Amino acid sequence: MRKLHQLITTCALGAITLTGSALAADAAKELTGKQIAFDRSKGNCLACHAMPTVPDAESAGLIGPPLIAMSARYPDKAKLRAQIWDATVANPSSSMIPFGKNGVLTEAEIDKVTDFIYGL
Amino acid sequence: MKQQIIMKLLTGMAGLGMALGVATAHASPEQDKQDLIKYFSTKYPNVKHEDFVYGALAFDPDSKAQYDAIMEFPPFDSQIDAGRKMWETPFKNGKTYADCLPNGGKMIAGNYPMFDEAKGKVVTLEDAVNDCRVANGEAPFKLSDPKTIGVLSAYMRTLSDGMIMNVKVQSPKAMAAYDEGKRTFFRRTGQLNFACATCHVQNAGTRLRSELLSPVVGQAVHWPVFRGGDKLVTLQDRYSGCFKMIRAVPPAQDSTVMNDLEYFHSAMSNGLPMKASVFRK
Repeated sequence: MRKLHQLITTCALGAITLTGSALAADAAKELTGKQIAFDRSKGNCLACHAMPTVPDAESAGLIGPPLIAMSARYPDKAKLRAQIWDATVANPSSSMIPFGKNGVLTEAEIDKVTDFIYGL
Repeated sequence: MKQQIIMKLLTGMAGLGMALGVATAHASPEQDKQDLIKYFSTKYPNVKHEDFVYGALAFDPDSKAQYDAIMEFPPFDSQIDAGRKMWETPFKNGKTYADCLPNGGKMIAGNYPMFDEAKGKVVTLEDAVNDCRVANGEAPFKLSDPKTIGVLSAYMRTLSDGMIMNVKVQSPKAMAAYDEGKRTFFRRTGQLNFACATCHVQNAGTRLRSELLSPVVGQAVHWPVFRGGDKLVTLQDRYSGCFKMIRAVPPAQDSTVMNDLEYFHSAMSNGLPMKASVFRK
């Protein structure tokens, strides 16, 4: 059942990605994972997290832990994505915005942000 | 069958209600305040309780020095003067605000918001001013208007400078309003899923971007504030701003939700001195 669900999700995501890239051809510019992460009305990650390895990550907040060595901290990238999607699942008192659950970012945007954060 | 389920649900809800009732009966406003003070003094042992009236400035000596310098010649003095003129101008019937407010309007701001038993609801100082106007045949002010009630209340509150915040919660109905305000304060809401407490309890004293978050204790004693020097912002304006920032629809100003929130919020500053008005960034 779960596999089926995953399969459907993958297909759906695939479809979104395809549509996304089809649209990208038309759209003048499409935000990168880093841009979404930095944008104050999108990810706004820097409001709470420092990114010590990113030189232009200025005026970062200290509410959440610094985003560094992420692939070591999250060997399973899906867990990192799940954390961005809704951090209150792992810790109900987390201050972190449930970006996916509350639709602050689209699924495609979360994928891009996950890729960017995972590389830090 | 259906009836049974409904009965079960009702019993369950009643049980839950009783459990909540028992829980809230023990958490008096004084106890809530003491719990918060203990939480902050444990987390920030170097910040003195009396310095909580400075909000985030208490955590940053540089910003506090800048504040002190600005407050030597407050850039908002002309607005306080405008408020004084409003205060001193008699109504058409010849009476003044001082005639209809308790103690001539002096040293009273720390008693507000108060629970009005006759009305069965929380009354803010601004409500009391409007009641005064209506009783004297004047039209009430729109409570979110900085140019009228804002300026007037800024002056009025200078008449209570140094008064110790003393919000009282004495009857069961008052307690219910207080609890409603407390729930609003601690309930997560908006697309960003924040409660007031997320920033002003859990993360108070921490930087959000480059801004320090102020602790709930001491927040209610110095309104309105003049942001950037001359932009008058009332306490409920600030609440609206917070609701918008977390992408929630702000309740209307002077609504029961806002007034109950102000009631709880102000009680958490009980024991601290009032000051009007202050500069904030």
